Amino acid sequence: MTAATSDAQAEIQPRSTTEISLDKGFSWITFVSAIGVAAILAWITIVVGIQAFPALQQFGAKFLITATWNPVKDDFGVFPMMYGTLVSSLIALLIAVPIGLACAIVLSENFLPRSVRRVSVFLMELLAAIPSIVYGFWGIFVLIPFLRPIEAWLHQYFGWLPLFSTIPVGPGMLAAGVILAIMILPIITALSRDSLAAVPSDLRLGAYSIGSTRWQTIFSVLIPAAFSGIVAGIMLALGRALGETMAVTLVIGNNNDLNFSLIAPANTIASLIVSQFSESTGIQKSALMYAGLVLFLITLIVNIFAQLIVRRVNQYSSK
Amino acid sequence: MRTQLRPIRRSPFRQIFFISLVLLSLVVTSCMGSSNAKDANVTIIGSGGTFPAPLYQRWFSEYNKQKPNIQVSYQAVGSGAGVEQFTTGTVDFGASDTAMKDEEIKKVKQGVIMLPMTAGNIVLAYHFPNAKSGLQLSRQALADIFLGKVKTWNDPAIAKLNPGVDLPDSPITVIHRSEGSGTTDVFTKFLSKISPEWKEQVGEGKAVSWVVGLGGKGNAGVAAQIQQIDGAIGYVEYVYAREAKIPIAKLENKAGKYIEPTTESATKALDTAKLPENLRVFITDPDGEESYPLVTYTWMMVYKKYDDATKANTLKEVLNWALTDGRKFNEELGYIPLPPEALAKVKKAINQIQA
Repeated sequence: MTAATSDAQAEIQPRSTTEISLDKGFSWITFVSAIGVAAILAWITIVVGIQAFPALQQFGAKFLITATWNPVKDDFGVFPMMYGTLVSSLIALLIAVPIGLACAIVLSENFLPRSVRRVSVFLMELLAAIPSIVYGFWGIFVLIPFLRPIEAWLHQYFGWLPLFSTIPVGPGMLAAGVILAIMILPIITALSRDSLAAVPSDLRLGAYSIGSTRWQTIFSVLIPAAFSGIVAGIMLALGRALGETMAVTLVIGNNNDLNFSLIAPANTIASLIVSQFSESTGIQKSALMYAGLVLFLITLIVNIFAQLIVRRVNQYSSK
Repeated sequence: MRTQLRPIRRSPFRQIFFISLVLLSLVVTSCMGSSNAKDANVTIIGSGGTFPAPLYQRWFSEYNKQKPNIQVSYQAVGSGAGVEQFTTGTVDFGASDTAMKDEEIKKVKQGVIMLPMTAGNIVLAYHFPNAKSGLQLSRQALADIFLGKVKTWNDPAIAKLNPGVDLPDSPITVIHRSEGSGTTDVFTKFLSKISPEWKEQVGEGKAVSWVVGLGGKGNAGVAAQIQQIDGAIGYVEYVYAREAKIPIAKLENKAGKYIEPTTESATKALDTAKLPENLRVFITDPDGEESYPLVTYTWMMVYKKYDDATKANTLKEVLNWALTDGRKFNEELGYIPLPPEALAKVKKAINQIQA
C-alpha cells in the first residue's frame, strides 16, 4: 500500500506557475466583468437620475398621477403613459403566455416528428430576429387593417363595457398589445422549451410508470418542475414588452390622454420618450428622464415580484 | 499514509478586487478619448424637419453626383431635434420650418445665420369614401375640428360649406404629429390666430397638448395614417400629400375666399410679407384675396463662424448651387422657389459665413 501511495504521490506534481497565473488571470477577468455589469447598471441609473433631478424637484410624486403632458405650459404627468405601458404589456402576456407555453410543450414532447420540430424551433427563433421597426411597419400596413373588423365587432357587441367603449380608429392599445405578443412569443417559447426539455427524464418516466396520462404528466409533473425556467422566460419577455419602443410607437396612436378603452389610441413611456426626446430641452427633457426612471422602477418591481412568485412556488412544490 | 496538505493561504480576493477596479477604470477612461478620422473628402452633416427633407435630400444627392468628393447628408428627425442638435453643435447645419427664436439663437455661441431656402404649403389632407380634393373648410370649421367640437363629417358646419359633396356620417379622426415639429408650430400659430378658444386652450408650439386625435411620426407618418384610417384628417406638407395621392382641402383665407394650395397662391402669400434683415418672418394668416393661408418659409440654420475653413467654403458653394441650379428641383418636387427679392437677400446672407 505504501508503494502505491508513494507512486501516486510521485505523479501528483505541484501545478506549474503558468497554470497558476492563467487561473488567476481568468479569475480577474471574470471579476472585472461581474463588477463591470453592476457598474454599468449603476452608472445608467445615476446619469438618468441626475438629468431627471429638476423634474423630480418640480413635480415630485405628483408626476405619477397627473394625466396631462403639455409642453407649451410645461405641465407634465406620466400616469396615462404608465397605464399604457402596463396594459399593453399585460395584453401581450395574456396572449403570448398561453400560446408560448403551448408551443413549448408541443416542441419538447414528441407530438410532432423530429424533423418538423426542428424546423418549427428554427422558425420560432427567427421571429425573435426580426427588427423592431419592421414589426412596426408590418403593424401599420398589415396588422391594423386586420384588427379593424375585430375591433368593430368588439365595439358593436361589447361597447357597453368601458374596455370597448370608443369607436375604433385603427392604431390603439389592442394593436400594440398584439404586436408585443408576437414579439415576445419567441422568448417565452424558447426559454420554456429549454426548461421543459431540461426536466430529468426520471420524473417523466416515473410519472408514466405510475399510470399518469400524457397530459397529467405535463401539467402535474413537468410544468411544476420547469416552473422557475418558465417564469424566467415570462419575466424576460415582460421586460422586453415594457421597454419595447419602435414597434409600439408606430401602432399605438401616440395619444397622451388617459382612456380605459382598449381600442382607443394610447401611449407608453418608451414611445413617449422616443417621440419627444431628441428635441426636448430644459424641463421637458428632465421630465422625460423622470419618465425613464419610472419605467426603470416598474421593471424592477415586476422582476422582484416574479422572483417572489418563483420562490413561493418552489417552496410549495418542494414540500 | 500521510497526506500532504498545502497550507491555506489568505483569500487573495481583496487584491483581485482592487486590481479589477483599476483595470475597469482604465478601460473606461481610455474609451472616453475620441478619435478623429480625417478624410480627403468633405462631409457635412445636418438635421432638421421632415418638411423640406425630400427637397434637401434631392439637392444633396444631385450635388454629390456632380462633385463626388463632397457629401452632404441630411437627417429628417423633426425641426425640434434639428434645432437642438444645431444648438449643441452635433451637426453642421440645422433646418426648421419655424425659425429659431431669439432665446434659442442666444444659446449658440458660434452665432446663427438663418437662411430661408424654400417655402411650402401646409395642406389639410383627408380620407373618406369617394373623397375628392377641394373640400372647403372655413376657419371656424377647421378650428372646431381640431378642438373636437365637430365630430362627424356630415356635421352642418362642414356640410353647409360643401353643398354638392356627399359627406359620410362617420366620425372624424384627427391626426397630428407625435414628435416636435416645425409644421406643427406653423399650423398651431395659424389656429391660435383664427381661434381665440384654441389659443387659450392649447396654444402654439412645436409640440402641444392636443385635444383630440392620434399622432404619426413625421410628415410621412401622418400621411400614412391618413391613408390608412377612414375618416381621418391631418395637416402635412404639400409634397407628402401629393406623393400619397390624398385629397386636399381648400382653406378660407383672411379675405374670406377659399383657396387651393398651389405654387401661385403660395407665392401671393409670400409676397405679402417682407423679409426683414434677420431673414425671419412668419407668414401667419396673410392678407390678399388669392393668398393661401398656410404657407411657410423653411429655414436652414448655419453658424456664423466655422472652425473648419474647408467646411465653411464647401457649405457656401452647396447652398449657392442649391438656390440657382437647384431651383429646378423645387418645381419638380412641388416646393415653392424663393421670390427674387428674397433670393437676393439670402445670397447676401450666405456670404456672411466665415471660416
